[in-house]
Formats: sequence, structure tokens, C-alpha cells
Amino acid sequence: MTAEDATSTPAAVAQADLDAHVVAPSAAADRGDRVAATVQRLAPFVVLVVMVVVGAFAFGSDFMNTGIFRNIAEDKVSLALVAVGMTFVIISGGIDLSVGSVLAVGAVLTAWASMHYGPVAAILLPVVVCSSIGLLNGLLIAKAKMPPFIVTLASLLFARGLALFVTNNGSTKVNVQSDSGVKQLGRGVIFGVTVPILIALLAMIIGAVVLNRTRTGQAVFALGGSEDAAVLMGLPVARTKVLLYTASGFLAGLAGMIAATRTLSGDPNFGQGLELQAIAAVVIGGTLLTGGSGTLSGTLAGVLLLGVIGALIRQVGDLTENHQNLTLGAFLILVVIIQNLLSKRQRT
Amino acid sequence: MSEAAVSAPAGRSGAEWVAWLRERGVYVALALLILFNLAFTTNFATLGTVRLNLIQVTPIVVVSLGMAMVIGTGGIDLSVGSVMALSSAIIPIYLVGYNPWVSIAMCILAGALVGLLNGFMVAVLGIQPIIATLGTFTAVRAYAQVFSGRLREFRNPFYRTIGSGDVGPSFARVSLRILIMVILIAVVAVIVRKTTLGRRLVAIGGNRRASVLAGLPVRRTLISVYVLCAVLASIAGILETARSSAGIPGKIGIDLELSAITAVVVGGTALAGGRVKVLGTVFAAIFVLVLQATLVRQNVRPAATLMIQATIIVAAVYFQRERGTR
Repeated sequence: MTAEDATSTPAAVAQADLDAHVVAPSAAADRGDRVAATVQRLAPFVVLVVMVVVGAFAFGSDFMNTGIFRNIAEDKVSLALVAVGMTFVIISGGIDLSVGSVLAVGAVLTAWASMHYGPVAAILLPVVVCSSIGLLNGLLIAKAKMPPFIVTLASLLFARGLALFVTNNGSTKVNVQSDSGVKQLGRGVIFGVTVPILIALLAMIIGAVVLNRTRTGQAVFALGGSEDAAVLMGLPVARTKVLLYTASGFLAGLAGMIAATRTLSGDPNFGQGLELQAIAAVVIGGTLLTGGSGTLSGTLAGVLLLGVIGALIRQVGDLTENHQNLTLGAFLILVVIIQNLLSKRQRT
Repeated sequence: MSEAAVSAPAGRSGAEWVAWLRERGVYVALALLILFNLAFTTNFATLGTVRLNLIQVTPIVVVSLGMAMVIGTGGIDLSVGSVMALSSAIIPIYLVGYNPWVSIAMCILAGALVGLLNGFMVAVLGIQPIIATLGTFTAVRAYAQVFSGRLREFRNPFYRTIGSGDVGPSFARVSLRILIMVILIAVVAVIVRKTTLGRRLVAIGGNRRASVLAGLPVRRTLISVYVLCAVLASIAGILETARSSAGIPGKIGIDLELSAITAVVVGGTALAGGRVKVLGTVFAAIFVLVLQATLVRQNVRPAATLMIQATIIVAAVYFQRERGTR
């Protein structure tokens, strides 16, 4: 229980504060803690399964075959890639608002470079530029010690401006040449699975390994738990931060390359609002926005949940994107409220 | 906040100069920008241009006032643009058969309800402001679009007056929009500087635990601030709807939360909370708008304008950061 939930008298607050730091809680409370923690960890998966089952019963095989899987495959690859980077950034206690715009830069540059310089440039240019935007974010945050929210808000504007600049405000169409080899990135199929889905899965797996099995991953958790403590422990705080934001920029650029090669066009308006969806997916997946804890599997569940909710609403029929957003917003609020109650239970 | 130190900074050391500039960066930047325009932009110094700029900046200023208070508490409100859309959806419903004041009251009531929800989630449930308001950001605009649907144009003398009418004696007629903006600036300035609510919100932003320990009504204050912010956003929505004479909740207030946050931060209010600079916010909003207008006049491509704007935000925050990180 936080201090504020107790009565406001100083004595009660101090007592509540003491309670929060008692070393050996009773066995019953301990079990309660573990139950709450487990519920919190598994909740996104349970809700996901429930949603799919509800969808399957309500709409039959139609939903299972086409609705859900097509929707997730086609729409949520970008979100999944961006959400991997966002999970790292949020666990470290930061935020990256620029991902949607960086995606647009990646898409536009892929198409532009494939038109003018061929497939190799179409892969290299967006990777270099998008990673550089991430690098710049990281340097401003880690070295200049500016707040992540402001830095990435500015690069949200900057990257959108860059995407519009390349396309002359959208009036110059940039298209990926349909005979270009680079289109395999968005349209290729390996072992019956599309390349974008494989890339998203690969990113999830690599991300999970880095997060849970490497020094960098441990540094990310430590950083989000307490930055001062991480500095005192001698962790490479600045280097880790720069790496995180660069990776986030790279992943957003990759998502943009996939979007461009799948649609064969580079639209400077791609990815608008994607940063908020990614934050929603990460939070629904159980990662705390305060940093220090979170999982990539939860984020995957969060992304899939957003996809399933979208598919369900599309199945209902004459409901529009507005109904979808209305549901998503309400769902996000509900999830956060429940999560908050659970994590309070844990701290009691 | 030593407002007494405005006197000319003659004879100061380098460090003091930097500190002086840091404190008043917005005003200096705006002054430089205006000087540049006076020299290089034709027809800049006409009453018409000034008036047009002020009319255009109104919604951003009104929303930024609320945002400044929310950021002063250490929070943030992403839902302001969506609350504007809510106003835009409500007005056409109450036009026929109702007194126009009813529609205004309904807009403000709806805004207050959203603010109440935001405040409840932040203050009582302890949810991080960015996530709580991200939820209302998504849901409220969608809700506005669901029950309004498509563009609904209207002709209403009352709203035409609000949107483009003038008031005052014949020798000094001002746009009603600008007058409303000035009144709201004054009201918020008084709230922040002279009332207990203002002192409490700054105290909470400065140190929430200390505020709790000092026995301040933290929850009530936070809820009031979020309600105020949403009400200001709904007023901005009314002004914008009146100007376009149509209820278009899908278009009104898009990305306005970003403009408002920019104005607040460039104006010298730290994101960490603990201070509110009302006039700094107002002048930062004007600065950003004049900057955009200047770049358009100088034939800079709009896309480049975005990039320049972003660079200026980073530069502004970089120069203020010692104070910002505290």
C-alpha cells in the first residue's frame, strides 16, 4: 500500500511506509503475494485465450480461419517489431514516442532508395538513417540527460518531417519497384510462413534472450529499478541507454521497410499513432511504465490481444474503426486499473 | 521564480548571463524572431497579421494553459485533443430547439466528466498519468465520432459571433476569440499564483510525498487540476467548432496535445513538475506559431518546418535542462 492510501496523518503514513519494508511478511501474505504476481504475469495470456475462444464460438470457423490470423499477420507485424523495442525502453524507465514517425522514414527511404539505387541501398539506407535517429535519441537522453519524453517527442516531429520532406509532402510518390528483390522482405514466404511474421518472431526471440540471459538485459532491469543504484553499481548506464534507443530506432525502421515492401509504396503517413498502440501493448502485457519489470512474452500477448480485439470487432459487422478505438481505450483503462490493484496487493 | 530580477542584466558575469537567458529564453527567442520578420518579411508588422496570428494561436494557448497546470503537478494529459473533438460532436446536437448556452454547458460538462475520470484514475487509483490519459485519448475521440458520425455543418449566429465576431467600442474592436483567450490566461494566472489550489498543485509537483505528509488534500487537488485542464480543452473545442461552423470530431484537435506539451515545455515548465509558467507557456505557443508562419513566408517547405520545430524544442529544453532535471 502506498503512503497515500493510508490516512494522511504523518504517523499513519510513516507506519504504512514501515509496513511496506517489513523484511519477513507472514506466510499467508506471502502466498497472497505470489498469487497476485502469478495472476499479473499470466493475465494477458488468459484474456487472450478467452478472447480467441469467445471469437471462435461466436463466429465459428470463419473467425478462426481468416479473421484473426489474417488481421494479426497483416496488421500487427509493425506493431510487434516496434513493441519489442518499446518493451526494452519502458523497462529501462524511459519511453520512445518517435517509433511511428521513424517507421514512416524507414518506409519512405526503402521505396526511394529502391527507385534510385537498387535493392542493396533500399536495405542499407533506411537501416542507417533510422538507427541514427535512435542513436541521436539515446545520446540526448543518456549524455545530455534530457527527459526521454521530450527528446522522443521532438524526434517524432523531426522524423515525420523527414519522411514528408523526402516525398515532397507526399506529392512525389515513391514506390518499391515490383521487380526489385527487396520486396521479398514484405512478400516472401518461407516454409509457408510470410517473411514479416518470421522477422517479428525472430525479433521477439532475440529480444527475450538479450533481456533475460545477457548482461545488457540485467543492466536494463537495474536501470529501470533505480538509475542511481545502477550508476553506483558501476553498470554502463549511458552506454545501455544509447544502445536501447538505437535498437528501438532500428526496429522501427525495419518495420517501415516491411510496410513499404509489403504495400510496394512508401507513404509518409505510415505509422501515425503507432507509438501509443505500442505503449498500450506493452502495458497490457504487464510491463510497468515505471520501469524495472516486464516481459517480452507479455508484450507479445499484448500485441496479439490488440489484434484479436480488432478482429472481433471487425467480425461484429457494421462497426467501424471508431468502435474499435473506443473498445481499445476502455480495455486499456480496465487493464491498467486491474494491474494497479494487483501490484498494490503485491506491495502490501 | 524571482520576477524581481527582470532589470537589465548589465555588468553580469558569463554564468549569470546564461542563467538570465535560460530563465527568459522564450521571450528572447520571440523577440529575435520578430526582429527577423520586421527586417525580411513583407507585411509582417500590420495589424492584420498580428490579429491573424493571435486568432490562430487561440486553441493552442487555451489548451496549453490547462496542460501547464497538469504538468506542474508532474502529470501529463494526452486526452485534450479528444476532449476538443467531444465538444465538436456535442454542439450540433443542441443547436435546434435549445438555447445555445445549453450546448456550451453540455460541452463543458462533458469535458469536466472526462477530466474527472482522468483525475480519478491518476489521483485515486494511482495510475501513471500518461497511460490513464492515453486510454481516454483513444476512447473519447472514438466515442465522439461514433455518436456524431460525419461532418455536420451548421449556420448559427451565436456561434458565428464566437467564431469570428468582434466586440468592444468602435475605436478598439477586438476579436471575441482573442478576448476569451486573454480572459482565460488571466484566470489561470490568478489560479496558479494567488489561490491555494495553485500553491498546492505546485507543491504536489515539487514533492508529492512531502505534500501528503504536510496534510495537503493531494487527491482533491489533482482531480481539480485534471478537471480544469479538460474544461479548458472543451472551451478550445467550442472555439474551433464555432470557427469552422461544423462538427467534425475526426479533424478537430488532432495532435494538439503535442503542440500544447511543446508550448508548455519550451515556455520553461519542467516536465518533472513543481513549477508552472503561465506567461512563458503563452509566449512559447505564440513563438511556435510565428515560427511556422515565418517559415511559410520564407518559402521553406512545410516538411522542413517540422524538422526545424523539432530542433528548436530540443535546443530549448537543452538550455533549460539544469533547471529541468533539478
